[in-house]
Amino acid sequence: MTILTNKADKIDRLAELTQSSETVTGTSLWREAFRRMRSSKMAIIGAAIIATFVLVAIVGPWLAPHGPTAQNWRSEVFPNQGKFIGMRGENWFGLDHLGRDMFSRWLVGARQTLLVGVVSMLIGLIIGALVGVLSGAAATLGGKVGQRFDTVIMRFTDIMLSLPSLLLAVSIAAVLGQSLTTVMIAVGVVQIPIFARLLRGSMLVQGGADYVLAAKAVGIRRKRIVLTQILPNSLSPVIVQATLSLATAIIEAAALSYLGLGNPDPAVPEWGVMLSQAQRFFDNEPMMAAYPAVGIIITALGFTLLGEAMREALDPKLRG
Amino acid sequence: MSLLELDGVKVHFPVKKGLFFDRTVGHVYAVDGVSLSVESGQTYGLVGESGCGKTTLGRAVLRLNDITEGGVVFDGTDLAKLPSEEMRAFRRRLQMVFQDPLGSLNPRQNIESILAEGMAAHGIGKDAAERRKKIEDILAKVGLPSNAMSRYPHEFSGGQRQRIGIARALVLEPDVIICDEPVSALDVSVQAQVINLLEELQESLGLTYLVIAHDLAVVRHISDVIGVMYLGGLVEEAPSDALYAGPRHPYTKALMSAVPVPDPEVEDRRERILLHGDLPSPANPPTGCRFHTRCPWVQETKCATERPPLLDTGDGHKVACHFTAEIEAGTVKQTLATGIEAVIGTETVAAEAVETAEGEAESPAKVPGQGDAPVAVPAKDGAQDQGVPGGS
Repeated sequence: MTILTNKADKIDRLAELTQSSETVTGTSLWREAFRRMRSSKMAIIGAAIIATFVLVAIVGPWLAPHGPTAQNWRSEVFPNQGKFIGMRGENWFGLDHLGRDMFSRWLVGARQTLLVGVVSMLIGLIIGALVGVLSGAAATLGGKVGQRFDTVIMRFTDIMLSLPSLLLAVSIAAVLGQSLTTVMIAVGVVQIPIFARLLRGSMLVQGGADYVLAAKAVGIRRKRIVLTQILPNSLSPVIVQATLSLATAIIEAAALSYLGLGNPDPAVPEWGVMLSQAQRFFDNEPMMAAYPAVGIIITALGFTLLGEAMREALDPKLRG
Repeated sequence: MSLLELDGVKVHFPVKKGLFFDRTVGHVYAVDGVSLSVESGQTYGLVGESGCGKTTLGRAVLRLNDITEGGVVFDGTDLAKLPSEEMRAFRRRLQMVFQDPLGSLNPRQNIESILAEGMAAHGIGKDAAERRKKIEDILAKVGLPSNAMSRYPHEFSGGQRQRIGIARALVLEPDVIICDEPVSALDVSVQAQVINLLEELQESLGLTYLVIAHDLAVVRHISDVIGVMYLGGLVEEAPSDALYAGPRHPYTKALMSAVPVPDPEVEDRRERILLHGDLPSPANPPTGCRFHTRCPWVQETKCATERPPLLDTGDGHKVACHFTAEIEAGTVKQTLATGIEAVIGTETVAAEAVETAEGEAESPAKVPGQGDAPVAVPAKDGAQDQGVPGGS
């Protein structure tokens, strides 16, 4: 018995010794990932591109020197004869076939492109994540009934995945008519099964982890196990995918607009629509297509860079 | 009445196959009829090689696995038949410490949050402040500084993580803690600390332990009663000292003979039983006695046809073997080609080299198979010379 108390004393002393007076705050994995992101060149370049793009999208319409529909130089361009006006002092990007200022239209178009990208990504993310959480939770903790539910849901997403995304988008757009909303919905719906599968798969992996078993052993309710244990650990791939899919959404929206399903309103130019309009005059004035195209490419690149940097930062295997 | 009583517990996992509809094509008999009882305030040690079902059994007690058949009676209540919500409430009194200290802690929760989660689930402590006070107490008890609360699992060492795992179990003030290989993932120096901590906590809090381990030294040190598992069933159960002094089941004999003796002279003269072959698949266990395919004393009658029950052979020493008495008396001879070897001279070195190469960290029962043991003396001749190990 004396030996035992001795041991207890020793442990107490050890505890006192190791206890520093200052309060130590731990570093959570999220904060650590953020710290790693800050030291990654890829992340910084990506973030810089995105920041610029967002800035342009927000203030662009006010910065635009001319209205997007103002045909101020109608008399100077003759698309039928292949006569365009390229870059010059007052029109930085030149004029389009209707004599409108390309630079102004480009600035205004950035907002539409960002809107399409973000909204359609959000449609995919929110619905997809919801389906994924339900499915994943059912599969890991729902017992036999839950597994059946999960199987049914996943077969549905499989069907959605098996349809070519552009075809699905075109058919949705065909039903809903030609507008920006159509493009957003069409692009968003295509993303749903991707997010759903990703989150479910990630939750299945985490659901088998020891700490979930431990949480069960402690007696935590199933709903809380999903919310506090499984979900926070399953989010990393979804966050990465969301960033990457902003890039795909922008490209896909541009593709749909290019195919003539975008907003026909000339007052709200969108890079995809601009690209589509420039196609006819590509022989005589290739730069008309180049401006929106380069805008799309650089923006998509920015999101891709950031997404890849996030993937690396969030990878637990690289933690050191 | 014992605090925890297992009565013929069976855990069978269905093996499913099929493209659209899962057909059950067979079962893995992970735990196949285990009865044991753990007295209040005592430590029951469960040993056996990897895959014998000891972890599954431990989890079944907490209903983390479905129990196929049998009863788990805890303090008069049969847990096996409880509805899930009532079972959840009972988990406050039955806790578990896991093998992998890091893997069993949520990497995204800090220590306070991990410990408070369980308290909240069972309504312990009125508010966060009261819980925090309690968590501080428990952390001090397991030898962690209170500033550990705001830190995350990856910021601790292996031993500290296991202390957190123990603290997580303790905050719920359980009666029974099931320790599933509590120290096998730790460094040897840290193992001793954690084992001592477990013993001190038992002393001061009156805990009852069910310790699952494959390390015979650890189990001997900590246990009052030890049960030896082989392929889903108990083959021997005895008070700790009695089991180590005189193992009676052939499997236990083999297991014990794998433990090195710290006296070089004894070690040199010691006889060792090398079991041949691997653990049979629990999906297709041998008929009759589960051990008869590898047992050095296997007999033509009974062994392959009749499963021996776990019977008391005196002094609470229970053995599941048809021929316990005969083997003790030396009236049945070894029949199966075994690798009994005289551990003498150069052969010793060679044999040990083989063994260490086979995997140091492995279960001690995992001895090289026939093909892997070139130094094993041809069985019959060697066996006759040496008589019965363990009995001498």
